[in-house]
Amino acid sequence: MQRLAPWLATAAFVAVWWLCVVIFDIKSFVLPSPWEAVKAIYQFRYPLFVHGLATLTTTLVGFAIAVAFGMVLGILVGSSRLAYSALYPLLVGFNSVPKAALVPVLVIWFGAGTVPAVITAFMLSFFPVVANVATAFATIEPELLEVMRSLGASQRDMTLKIGIPRSLPFFFASLKIAITLAFVGSVIAEIVAGNSGIGNVMLIASSNFNIPLVFAALLVVGFMGVGMYAIFDFFERRMTSWSIRGAGAQFAGGG
Amino acid sequence: MTFIQLTNVDLVYGSAGAKEVGGETLAVSSANLNIALGEFLAIVGPSGCGKSTLLKLIAGLVRPNRGSVTVDGLEVTHPLKTVGMAFQNATLLPWRNIRDNVMLPLEIVEPYRSRQKQDREANRDRAETLLGKVGLSGFADRMPWQLSGGMQQRAQLCRALIHEPSILLLDEPFAALDTFTREDLWSVLQELWLFRKCTIILVTHELREAVYLAETVHVMSSRPGRIIKTSSVDIPRPRTLESTFQPDFVDLVHDLRHHISLGKQH
Ligand SMILES: Nc1ncnc2c1ncn2[C@@H]1O[C@H](COP(=O)(O)OP(=O)(O)O)[C@@H](O)[C@H]1O
Ligand SMILES: [Mg+2]
Repeated sequence: MQRLAPWLATAAFVAVWWLCVVIFDIKSFVLPSPWEAVKAIYQFRYPLFVHGLATLTTTLVGFAIAVAFGMVLGILVGSSRLAYSALYPLLVGFNSVPKAALVPVLVIWFGAGTVPAVITAFMLSFFPVVANVATAFATIEPELLEVMRSLGASQRDMTLKIGIPRSLPFFFASLKIAITLAFVGSVIAEIVAGNSGIGNVMLIASSNFNIPLVFAALLVVGFMGVGMYAIFDFFERRMTSWSIRGAGAQFAGGG
Repeated sequence: MTFIQLTNVDLVYGSAGAKEVGGETLAVSSANLNIALGEFLAIVGPSGCGKSTLLKLIAGLVRPNRGSVTVDGLEVTHPLKTVGMAFQNATLLPWRNIRDNVMLPLEIVEPYRSRQKQDREANRDRAETLLGKVGLSGFADRMPWQLSGGMQQRAQLCRALIHEPSILLLDEPFAALDTFTREDLWSVLQELWLFRKCTIILVTHELREAVYLAETVHVMSSRPGRIIKTSSVDIPRPRTLESTFQPDFVDLVHDLRHHISLGKQH
């Protein structure tokens, strides 16, 4: 049942979508039926594949930078109370800024194309990584730190032997959130200022009133998001099985 | 022969920045304590009176604002490395099995640290021997969550002892356990001490525990903590649960109880 549940929920969602289209007799240039969207995927499979790959690459590059940056900053913010109180308000403030509004500025700086999309994906996705890693580091039991310090452990020892292993479940939880946000970021940037990628396909499709293609593109992004999520979920289960039992609270940031 | 000496020690929390709400807390005031090498000492007192702080002072985790702390004749200015610590919650690392948890200090303290690779087998044997001593043989490969609270405390004791520290600091290690488990652990700890003879300082608010285990019991007053009473326990070793019902044991507990009440009234 647990295994079937996501498929059943997805099927139910498609059924409701379809029923709405049929019952309210919605025209396909307003809301296409699932079948029309799937037909559009097939019909435009070549451009969707090429641009999907472009979006995937952009997203993964932005995401990779976000993960590296987020981890380092998270360790820093979480290990030092001074860094925590200094940087956390700044981070929260930054995270509250609508990143889509920054895309035109990025275009002025870097020109239209892939770079603004990578940066937008990065900006949208690093925060949950920072917040989760910082939380993991900041919530290490004080007694454990005392045991380590009384043995003469260096900051490096504590980070490698306690902080990083302890933050892994938090880290993986954040990756699952961050990857979906990275897709949002890159697609938004492609819509606003791209010359390739799924977002660009959507922009062109909607200006041609090819709404089924817009939805086909949305479905492709959705599939890629779920696929990446599943991959990280798999690694999370492999690497942090110790935490599944006695699971601690994890911070789920958003962008 | 004095091994650990505290002379007129004051400790004030929040004095550095003094920005915490409520400002400064005088946690320990004019503490004087002489501890002999190999002594088993207990400190009892009401909660919040500065017992944990006293342990941190000895371990070198905090520095006194006044007075001095010396170990083996040397002023304690930084964490000692030759201490083992255990607390009320076992603080085992959930991602390591029991053996690897016990071996954690060997990855940090010299000379074990640089000899980790060569001594891997020997270290594993040491960890398993020690686990056997506390009744955990066969549990080395288990994960912490598979052990009961009492077993986790036994494992924590092993972690505190694996690097053969000269001082063992125990901060209410059995406070969260049920009475029967706790009394089992009293005898485990007594045996460990009779076998190792390291200097043990046990903080507890359970008077029977203090009298059962220690050679000397110090009573602290409520905050700011000062030592208001010192009693020697002359009950012969090894002590058993039977000892706890003997008249001299009961009298001593009664007397300590009286002094704790006095210490709260000032
Ligand atoms: N890190 C700290 N910062 C400020 N005050 C503290 C700190 N640690 C302990 N205190 C205060 O010092 C007093 C003594 O604490 P502690 O030594 O933990 O007492 P005990 O272990 O006897 O319960 C308490 O009033 C406590 O609130
Ligand atoms: Mg305490």
